[in-house]
Amino acid sequence: MSIDKSKDGRLYTSKVMEHFRNPHHWGKIDDADGVGRVGNPICGDVMYIYLKIKDDIITDIAFETLGCVAAIATSSIATEIVIGKPLKEAWKLTDRDVANALGGLPANKFHCSMLAEEGLRAAIQDYLKKQGRSVDEFK
Amino acid sequence: MIYLDNNATTPTDPEVVKAMLPYFTEKFANPSSIYDIAFKLKGVLENSRKKVAKILKVNSNEIIFCSGGTEADNIAIMGSVLAQKDKGKHIITSSIEHKAVLEVCKFLKKYFDYTITYLPVNSAGVIDLNVLKDSITPETAIVSIMLANNETGVIQPIKEAAEIAHNAGVLFHSDLVQGIGKIPVDISELGIDYGAISGHKFHGPRGIGIMYLRRGAPFTSVIRGGGHENNKRAGTENIPGIIGILKALEISSERISKGASHMAELRDMLQESILEKIPQVLINGKDAPRIPNTLNISVKYVEGESMVFMLDEEGIQVSSGSACTSNSLAPSHVLLAMGLEHADAHGSLRFSLSGETTREDIEKVLEILPPIVSKLRKMSPFAPPEFK
Repeated sequence: MSIDKSKDGRLYTSKVMEHFRNPHHWGKIDDADGVGRVGNPICGDVMYIYLKIKDDIITDIAFETLGCVAAIATSSIATEIVIGKPLKEAWKLTDRDVANALGGLPANKFHCSMLAEEGLRAAIQDYLKKQGRSVDEFK
Repeated sequence: MIYLDNNATTPTDPEVVKAMLPYFTEKFANPSSIYDIAFKLKGVLENSRKKVAKILKVNSNEIIFCSGGTEADNIAIMGSVLAQKDKGKHIITSSIEHKAVLEVCKFLKKYFDYTITYLPVNSAGVIDLNVLKDSITPETAIVSIMLANNETGVIQPIKEAAEIAHNAGVLFHSDLVQGIGKIPVDISELGIDYGAISGHKFHGPRGIGIMYLRRGAPFTSVIRGGGHENNKRAGTENIPGIIGILKALEISSERISKGASHMAELRDMLQESILEKIPQVLINGKDAPRIPNTLNISVKYVEGESMVFMLDEEGIQVSSGSACTSNSLAPSHVLLAMGLEHADAHGSLRFSLSGETTREDIEKVLEILPPIVSKLRKMSPFAPPEFK
């Protein structure tokens, strides 16, 4: 895990707090082409990801998240990273990419970045399924 | 800064710090030594013990100074059951105890084969005395029930519970940590055999606590060494800490009736105004008697840590029973024991006031909290359309 001086003795990096304070792309897309719903209210973190897709490119994205600071920040940064990207590239986004983009996450919050990866993949999968396609083409 | 996390810790009263200071630098000797400056400190120690005992309405030889609430719980329960190992290996406690009690029970189960009964609580957070009565067996060595819960502030019927235990010939321990300084506590009146008190919860210093040990109650020391504290708890006496906890007790006992009604008034104002301003909020423990400084709420469709951080950005410090704010990644065992849904335990917030909290502080919280809840509900996948 990279060491981020911006943490300045705080639990979260300044990048995490920036995305927590002003999350990008939060909300719902009613006519989404793909929807991913991951997480579990028993664990306290739930993430919904909505995608608009044209020519296999993510043209719009939104998230709804019930969760902690890390869950909201990872949702926000993940949407920021993949918007405008081809699906094939977005599919490759990993939990580590998400955490690194935020300058790191506390060890016990790393699972939140997993939620972003899973949510995005679930949404892509949902889109492909509706198209009668399979994720195998990205593997 | 509006600090509303006084059940976690309190700032040390400047008067307490002032009283302590000479005992770090000038009057620093070890009271066990025999030369003049040390022997005088032995006198200071015993005099302080007498004054503490008087405030707590117990005998001075029933006061054992130790490092804090956690140690007091540990040494009392372990020291009691080990001294009664021939009686039996059964312990009764409640499902809402502090970890300082629960982990001791787990330890005794794992390494010494004790059986533990965890009394349930009702939705208000209170134990059922009939269940306690029915749980006692001839093997029961001790019953341990807290006076006031740290998360909800709910007060347990300790006097009645201790009486039930005693009628069955069983000893009684109570974690008094959250009661002292917030409500008048008369240990003799409660009729307990062992008690735990922590200095830093009522504007005293950290690193000092008191185990109350009723005269004649079975006990063997689990902290062995140089025979300090009448062979009950070894270790060079923390004289600055003892001076500090005495001063804090003196101040709090002087101010308690005024302080308690002040805190209750502000707590009730906070509670009622939150219910007015924020829809779909639960008040946890509202149907039970509570210590006057504590308010625990669950905000539907929102997670606690997010609220804690947003409030912190506005200079308001509170805590939450959400999994994300604990080391265990499990939500509050206290709220789950009261029957709350997991999601509502994750969405809990605890406000714990002090005598220093002002009406302006509460008004500020009431101004800041509703928009935070609205913002997080707008982002929540579970919030109904009216919150979007």
